[in-house]
Amino acid sequence: MAADRLWSIRGTLGGVRYLAIAGVGFASFLGGWWLLAGSGLVDAVFLPEPVAVARRLLGWYADGSLFADIKISIGRVLGGFVLAVLMAVPLGIYIGSFRPVQAFFEPLMEFARYLPAVAFVPLVLLWVGIGEGAKITLIWIGTFFQMVLMVSDNIRQVPMAQIEAAQTLGANRGEVVSLVVFKSALPGIVDTLRVTLGWAWTYLVVAELVAANSGIGYAILRAQRFLQTDKIFVGILLIGLLGLLMDQGFRLVHRRAFPWLHLR
Amino acid sequence: MNPVPATCIRIERLGKTFRGQSTPALQAIDLAVAEGEFVALVGASGCGKSTLLRLIAGLEAPSEGQVCLDGRPVQGPGCDRAVVFQDYSLYPWLNVLENVRFCRSLRAHTRDASESEVNSAVERAYALLELMGLDEVRTRYPNQLSGGMRQRVAIARALMAQPRVLLMDEPFGALDAQTREVMHELILRLFEIERSTIVFVTHDVEEAVYLADRVVVLAPQPGRIDSIHPVALPPPGARHPDLKLAPEFLRQKKTVLDRIRATSGVQRDLDKLSRLAELSRRDRRPDAKPATGIH
Repeated sequence: MAADRLWSIRGTLGGVRYLAIAGVGFASFLGGWWLLAGSGLVDAVFLPEPVAVARRLLGWYADGSLFADIKISIGRVLGGFVLAVLMAVPLGIYIGSFRPVQAFFEPLMEFARYLPAVAFVPLVLLWVGIGEGAKITLIWIGTFFQMVLMVSDNIRQVPMAQIEAAQTLGANRGEVVSLVVFKSALPGIVDTLRVTLGWAWTYLVVAELVAANSGIGYAILRAQRFLQTDKIFVGILLIGLLGLLMDQGFRLVHRRAFPWLHLR
Repeated sequence: MNPVPATCIRIERLGKTFRGQSTPALQAIDLAVAEGEFVALVGASGCGKSTLLRLIAGLEAPSEGQVCLDGRPVQGPGCDRAVVFQDYSLYPWLNVLENVRFCRSLRAHTRDASESEVNSAVERAYALLELMGLDEVRTRYPNQLSGGMRQRVAIARALMAQPRVLLMDEPFGALDAQTREVMHELILRLFEIERSTIVFVTHDVEEAVYLADRVVVLAPQPGRIDSIHPVALPPPGARHPDLKLAPEFLRQKKTVLDRIRATSGVQRDLDKLSRLAELSRRDRRPDAKPATGIH
């Protein structure tokens, strides 16, 4: 077996073997957890056994609220995220393409990016109340500013030769932006969205921990009150799993929508 | 007798100084390029040959003077002056055929197009693919092609716009010597068939003398025209790679090369090196016996 190729820097690894090793990674995580919890060294209040967590998941499903909680949480994440995308992508394109727009917005966005989104919770409650709007606003605050800056960076990565080639073929300004700059930056933008979606999940939990009576984050908060460590575990693992699924979804879209990037 | 060809590009007192720099990148450039002429710009690095090409393309604005195309001053980039860049200018999300046809998606080319024009454009795209030897790869994407193939696509894409002038900015600079040789033959054949006016920037003197009707040598600091060398060789259609070894070719190549060496300070470096070699030879024989033979 070509072990030297396997361990060379940035070596090669087939798809099946990659999946197998990833599976071993997950299995050793679960196995380590199971051994540690089963050994009796740690109290179940601090570290519940995997079986107890699985049982709690089934119970959550049985009382009918599991899918309702998942649905409402996904809805909030997507609501805030889609709102941020609709605003950040066009603005990022303008910032990345035109210097005056960059001068106007970019320092402002750099500043806003450092405002701690979590500290906005009291203000958001004051401004938009405790309804769905509050959660969506908080997720928007947490993702929008980063997304604008990252999209404008994607736009600036477009090689100047691609832009100048279009200009010397007779493209006007609008055509250069829509037919060249946007198309060229699109794979990078999709990657930006994939990364920022992860942050949207972070702020969802913040929003649901503060002002909600439904959703996965709220379930975690309530479990804390009753010291149901196993349910906290279920909540955390669920969010991890949903995040992983959405991430894989984005990767699939990337492969389907940009076939030329995945050819050899 | 043939009528004297009309002037296509006229460059008058052209100067360019980049912001924040005291030495002009280009100064007092005067040059006329005739219809159907192939002009090569050569010179040491920093002599402003690429800047001159970009000024003709309208990608840079002149600080002084102007560039005129068919008597009208150049105001900015336009489809009458297509540029072939060294690399990274193809659109990776479009396949070869779509890249070549790119200009047909622009309003400048479709605004007043009649149906027959649209049909002839389709035919032209296929003819160009065939001419450039690309018909078998037309559904491939640029990152599936070799460097030489990618430059063929870039040239076909530029010709698709039917420009008055084809501007080439070191188009073969990133290619290996063998591929470059093939591209030279392709360019000569193309020049014969399309009768284009071409301005070609290169640092390869052999390439310049082999391809062009006239070779313009630029000198650096400030960038200016040092000398212009009309090439006295068989017409493009009758040139063959073996010509590059003919005494007459080598003589013309040397004339140009000497001017570049003289203007670039390379001669100073060469003199310095030969002095160093002399010194080290003396050091190796402290008894100062003259070196004879090889050990």
